[in-house]
Amino acid sequence: MSEPATTTVDPYLDKMLSHTSAADPATGDVTIENYTINFGPQHPAAHGVLRLVMELDGELIERIDPHVGLLHRGTEKLIEAKTYIQALPYFDRLDYCSPMCMEHSWVLAVEKLLDLEVPIRAQYLRVFCAELTRIMNHLLNLGSHVMDVGAMTPNLWLFELREDTFNFYERISGARMHANYFRPGGVHQDVPLKLLTDIADWLDTRVPRLFEDAISLVADNRIFKQRNVDIATVSRDDAIAWGFSGPMIRAAGIPWDIRKSQPYDVYDRMDFDVPVGTRGDCYDRFMVRVEEVRQSVRIMKQCLRDMPEGPIASLDRKVVPPKRAEMKQSMEALIHHFKLYTEGFHVPEGEVYVATESPKGEFGVYLVADGTNKPYRCKIRPTAFSHLQAMDFMSRGHMLADTTAILGAMDIVFGECDR
Amino acid sequence: MRAPAPAWAADLNDETMELARATLGDALDDVFARVGEVQLWVKRDQVAEALRLLRDTPGLEYQQLMEIAGVDYPERPERFEVVYCLLSLTRNHRVHVHLTTDDEQPVPSVTDLWPVAGWLEREVFDLFGVVFVGNRDLRRILTDYGFSGHPLRKDFPMTGYVEMRYSEEDKRVVYQPVSLQQDFRNFDFMSPWEGGAYVLPGDEKGGALPQAKGAYTPATADQVQKAGATATPTAAPAGDSGSYAKGTNPPGGPDSGNRPSDPDVIPSKGQGQNQ
Repeated sequence: MSEPATTTVDPYLDKMLSHTSAADPATGDVTIENYTINFGPQHPAAHGVLRLVMELDGELIERIDPHVGLLHRGTEKLIEAKTYIQALPYFDRLDYCSPMCMEHSWVLAVEKLLDLEVPIRAQYLRVFCAELTRIMNHLLNLGSHVMDVGAMTPNLWLFELREDTFNFYERISGARMHANYFRPGGVHQDVPLKLLTDIADWLDTRVPRLFEDAISLVADNRIFKQRNVDIATVSRDDAIAWGFSGPMIRAAGIPWDIRKSQPYDVYDRMDFDVPVGTRGDCYDRFMVRVEEVRQSVRIMKQCLRDMPEGPIASLDRKVVPPKRAEMKQSMEALIHHFKLYTEGFHVPEGEVYVATESPKGEFGVYLVADGTNKPYRCKIRPTAFSHLQAMDFMSRGHMLADTTAILGAMDIVFGECDR
Repeated sequence: MRAPAPAWAADLNDETMELARATLGDALDDVFARVGEVQLWVKRDQVAEALRLLRDTPGLEYQQLMEIAGVDYPERPERFEVVYCLLSLTRNHRVHVHLTTDDEQPVPSVTDLWPVAGWLEREVFDLFGVVFVGNRDLRRILTDYGFSGHPLRKDFPMTGYVEMRYSEEDKRVVYQPVSLQQDFRNFDFMSPWEGGAYVLPGDEKGGALPQAKGAYTPATADQVQKAGATATPTAAPAGDSGSYAKGTNPPGGPDSGNRPSDPDVIPSKGQGQNQ
């Protein structure tokens, strides 16, 4: 066969036809090589600025190299130059989806070094706010997870609820997101009674209706299950070795919750259950978070029921500044106020690692104090660091489209990951 | 401990230290508990083996490596401290493992024990310049592509050396030396009357402890905590003992007992001139 017949008008096909021979049957493009693509840094499903360098074999993922640090702001370095009170607002900006839970680790670490007692009402308020924050965080994560795999409506409903939590935030602290509400020694100010009753109404009526409606759309949905069940399964051993925490380790079947096993503030008085998964896949992670929202509602109701009256911050005036009314009448209060907002308080020399159960997992602060009014070193242990690192082995062999489900079920926020 | 910090099984501290001494033996330089947390100081070249023993020995069982933190002490001969925070899920206990190094002495990597150590070591390398030998992927992680320097060292300036902007002429992002409108201001609030590490004559007994929490003290947090534990537990300060102006909360009011006193409400009658 000498000259191939021109069968079509397409020159490309003509060229391909000319490749065909009995000795070399390849048409020229059957050998597909692995190729590398960038996912992000600006991708709506990346939940922030994440760059994934993916090596694909067709549509199958062979390797993922996550590049983080695009939101690195040097928080730890900045904190070293700030007093202990000035460092607090930086924590709101770490995981900006659950600000008060970030503050929680910081104030507990400072209090541990100071050996400072905290009034019981302040502890209740902190637990109450932390659980409100957990609901706020999970509403965003659950909603965006279902949207990442293709469902639109639940996200809109959950955002409706999330808007309510922002309104409560504003009424508690004065700010919708960056609350700056917790203080070493307690909280900044008391909450009005009307706010507590409004939150109680919200917990009784609005949360069950909207939340359960939204979840009922996806929890048993065939498409949602096809996208999540058996995707990125993680065994118990892997979860431990990769330093998982929070819903990620619970979904793998390990009942580990710092609120339960290492209670801080008044969590030891709370009655709540720790949900665990059975298969360790994306669906389990989703359902663990769904159940945690219900448990958070339970905890908040117990807080409302049991919260005593009393001071909302330590009365130690070397740590907690006096209120304005006192300053009007007392010279000493004025001096304390001035000293605390310029010099701040001194924390005795020591090192502690304090970790709390943030909505995303173990959020820890390794704090080195040197006796001055500024931290010598504050190492923040983000939850996302260990989870995102596991992205490579979790998504190996899965399809490209599963990446969004895996990322959504990890619940990663880059303010915290990159610091 | 008075603070409401996470209550893990700190009562296991003593037996942990004993078992660690027996198990780690030569690799262990020092072990003690400070502020209720066990610190194990290990020899740098034996850290991988020591951490493996801590993970696998029954009775220690630190299954999870939660964090690797670097700390910089420029005045020490080996300026960097690397801290491994371990967690035992079965014993509900935490320890830190400390070691010292400088910018040349490599630290053995523990990526073979815990894969999570990969990124944690990368971070310490990026921010401090500590080299981990055995980590097969020791790239920078948090700082920019092509960044030079190690920003969390104490001698690295807060503002950095270069700043980035979009250049309209070059139609691309350019780096240039940092220029500040105002110098970085670092206020030193340490009062010369408070900073003395000496004890005044006649003040030997109580002088080291702070007069109040939050006041300057040469004592460490550990001493403060121990002193607090041995002192007679004082009742929680009553609501009015801390208020300066005794007239602010008139005692015996009709409902002062069961309502939180609102410190922002100023009584209107006969209370000074600033009303």
